[in-house]
Amino acid sequence: MRQFLIFTQKEFYHILRDRWTTVLLLILPIAMILLFGFGITTEIKNTRFAVYDMSHDMATRGIVNKLETSEYFTLEGYLDHPGQIEGIFKRKKIGMLVVFGERFYENQLHSGDAQVQLITDGTDPNTASTLTNYATNLIREYQQESGTLSPLPIQILPQVKLLYNPTMKSAYNIVPGVIGMVLMLVCAMMTSVSLAREKEMGTMEVILVSPMPPLLIVLSKVVPYFTISMINLFNVLLLAVFVLEVPIVGNLFLLIFVSLLFIFVALALGILISTLVQTQLVALLASVMGLLLPVVMLSGLMFPIENMPVVLQYVAQIIPAKWYIEAMRNVMIKGLGISAIIKEVLVLALMAVVLITISLKKFKIRLE
Amino acid sequence: MKAIAAHNLTKRFGSFTAVDSISFEVDKGEIFGFLGANGAGKTTAMRMLCGLLIPTSGAGQVAGHDIYKNPEQVKANIGYMSQKFALYEDLKVWENLRLYGGIYGVPAEEIDGKIDILLKRLGFEEEKNTMVRSLPLGWKQKLAFSAAIFHEPQIVFLDEPTGGVDPVARRQFWELIYDASDRGITVFVTTHYMDEAEYCDRVSIMVDGRIEVLDSPAQMKKTFQADTMDEVFQQLARKAERT
Amino acid sequence: MKMLRFLLEKEFKQFFRNSFLPRMVIMFPLTALLIYPLVANFEVKNINLSVVDHDKSTFSRELLQKVQSSGYFRVTDVSPDYASALKSVELDESDVILEIPSHFEKNLVREMKADLMISANAVNGNKGGLGTAYLVAIVNEYNSAITTKLLGDPGRFRAPAAEILPLFRYNPGLLYSVFMVPAIMVMVLAMISGFLPALNIVGEKEKGTIEQMNVTPVRKRTFIISKLIPYWLAGYVVLTIGILVALLVWRLFPVGFVGTIYLFATIFLLGFSGFGLVVSNYAVTVQQAMFMMFFFVLTFIFMSGLYTPVENMPGWAQMISNFSPMKYIIEVLRRVYLKGSGFNDLLPQFWALCGFALFFNGWAVLSYRKNS
Repeated sequence: MRQFLIFTQKEFYHILRDRWTTVLLLILPIAMILLFGFGITTEIKNTRFAVYDMSHDMATRGIVNKLETSEYFTLEGYLDHPGQIEGIFKRKKIGMLVVFGERFYENQLHSGDAQVQLITDGTDPNTASTLTNYATNLIREYQQESGTLSPLPIQILPQVKLLYNPTMKSAYNIVPGVIGMVLMLVCAMMTSVSLAREKEMGTMEVILVSPMPPLLIVLSKVVPYFTISMINLFNVLLLAVFVLEVPIVGNLFLLIFVSLLFIFVALALGILISTLVQTQLVALLASVMGLLLPVVMLSGLMFPIENMPVVLQYVAQIIPAKWYIEAMRNVMIKGLGISAIIKEVLVLALMAVVLITISLKKFKIRLE
Repeated sequence: MKAIAAHNLTKRFGSFTAVDSISFEVDKGEIFGFLGANGAGKTTAMRMLCGLLIPTSGAGQVAGHDIYKNPEQVKANIGYMSQKFALYEDLKVWENLRLYGGIYGVPAEEIDGKIDILLKRLGFEEEKNTMVRSLPLGWKQKLAFSAAIFHEPQIVFLDEPTGGVDPVARRQFWELIYDASDRGITVFVTTHYMDEAEYCDRVSIMVDGRIEVLDSPAQMKKTFQADTMDEVFQQLARKAERT
Repeated sequence: MKMLRFLLEKEFKQFFRNSFLPRMVIMFPLTALLIYPLVANFEVKNINLSVVDHDKSTFSRELLQKVQSSGYFRVTDVSPDYASALKSVELDESDVILEIPSHFEKNLVREMKADLMISANAVNGNKGGLGTAYLVAIVNEYNSAITTKLLGDPGRFRAPAAEILPLFRYNPGLLYSVFMVPAIMVMVLAMISGFLPALNIVGEKEKGTIEQMNVTPVRKRTFIISKLIPYWLAGYVVLTIGILVALLVWRLFPVGFVGTIYLFATIFLLGFSGFGLVVSNYAVTVQQAMFMMFFFVLTFIFMSGLYTPVENMPGWAQMISNFSPMKYIIEVLRRVYLKGSGFNDLLPQFWALCGFALFFNGWAVLSYRKNS
């Protein structure tokens, strides 16, 4: 036992003496959560739009005004002739162009074939369809207000309630994912590189020669990263709640329990990677391209799993982060209890056990 | 013109004085041993002479060039073998030689021929295409030395070149050094093996950053009334504060 | 220079002898571009609907029929009350609850007014918002239909309104691949050109071979260039793979001139590998280098508008994005591909990328110390 503590202490010294890395390990997760929490949004506000108006009448002005005064649009300017249309999109000055046909108001009243075109840049489909939706709603509102569109005599009134995230903030969806990513980063990546480094530098021999059982050797390497992860978890949750204003609706202890479970899985993954590679470089590249990137892309952190082709949905199931993120969303944002996340907990526990077993088996107690 | 001339060369790291105002000269073709215990400042001093470290104060000329003003000229005229005998492990024997030859300006047409001659002399011909990482330590060492003098520099600096190698291999290595010296290459070698001091023309012993003695091994033994350089060193080391 | 030739020989030999690197340079872009575009989209479709029908009347059934046949929704749960329906939302079996109160039909016929409840899981705000919008639109359509049914042609009650025509330029089908494939190309390019040279140099630092090199007359810039050239070339390989996959698999054909892409990619590669070098000059261990690179690369990737538009970010985030070379290269890629933008349209990006290249490479050369 004493040996174990000594080795663990040595590991701590390694890390603490490397001041740069320690700082990075603690500061970067903070920076990440802030950047991602604030930066990745699917919410749209103050989009610049331009107008090409062939009528210049009361109705067109009214519509333009309605758009401008909403929080979604800002008027950039008017175009004088159609030749400018191509250019203004090519240079990405605007997100939407509103085109009114001739004699708009008259046509609206009499012949019923008034037309307004909403031209958006389809490069980003999400933004394009959202902008179109917003603009359409605003135009319809205007028409109702101005009397050109009278309400139907029979009214079905939908009462809409947005559960868990009434203001539809992107951060609610992203933050659990970023927490998972941060933990995976520190635990899996750093652990695997640190272990690979010992192999490469040859100091692994010294350790292997000691009478300590392999399990304890591995644990001693893992304890410092575990500690750092706990600190990171704490920091990140603090920021999420107080700066990003993402609430912790559910039980905090349950949250921490699930996170601990995930940390174990991530650490086990790191150890496993280190047993499979020979050099730090490979450990690193394997962690980044084989672990972190799939986590970011396939775990549901950013892109919904249900949109993926079925094959990839199956692949997503074996990514531990996927289960963690789901559990976190359920507890943190939805405020559910343990009964709702039983499946996730069991899967993570199973993964932890399997990974640790494989790593220990593969952790060579003799050199080659 | 002296091969190496140092005058009050000093290097401080913060409040720690690694090298404390050393002065000495090395003649052309000499085998000069730079001895001292670990931490005495040998490697730091050598790094300054090679242009790897900028001195805090003092002056130095190597191969006729000032180590402050023309470090790149210095480098062009010397060879260097580091403690780790840093060869590229994932390159073959001849590839390492080719690289260093090319960098130091050995004409491309001559390189291949020179490689063959060198390998023959070392008895290495069969290993021409071997990856360096597969070589035993003693051969790596000899190869590193050969790479360092491949371009026939005026001076070659060797930093603890025989670390971790058995006595037979060390002896063989010194044969190579004699060989180089016979060809007119000045050899500046640091070591903490006192028996190797006997192989040098002159030897300086550093203690706590200063040169305590500088003389031929024979003279030194007389002065200290010792039979071996080891005894000389023991006497000096007792005074040391840093080891 | 002569020395450069020998150094390059060494670099290329080492690169190809490494069993991992060359394969990675080929496989990584390939797999990324084949898999990730399938994943990366924010579409809202196949919304799981939980139905609570207290009325069970002709009208309510008609409405539900309409919802189902819209194609947006899948009924995954039918519950007797709101509480049960909520359970299915909690378990992520449903995304939206449609609750039709009792007397729905009666109220419409008698009082000409009835309401209903739509509750949506808004953890994914995008999904919640759009899902709700679709459902409301369907309800409104049904509203018109019912009015016609009960009272005759609604045309009597409303003045003709304007027709709203949405037009999606450059991407009429609103395909996500069009948006995402260039983004993934940039991401892969950045990772390879950023990580690899940096890790290479720090690796040599740790092994000590750099010290050996510092003692030689090889000049700083020669050494640095010898390190970069192989990875620039790798960058071109990656870019070409990307363009080919985009063409053959995703049927993305650049409207503009492909040469423009290569030109800008060159400057980007110069700048970004310069950045990798700066990191390697300051890092002592491979771990440090890697952690720093990773942080910056990831930040750049997500803050540069690759996946979420820069315009949506808060002001300060947009400021930060201006310092990311990736922001500019992705704009170039998308515009050349989709809008056929030419060099003149992309001048601001050109200057920005040149600036980065000069800045980072200058910094790299200055901060590389052959002596200390």
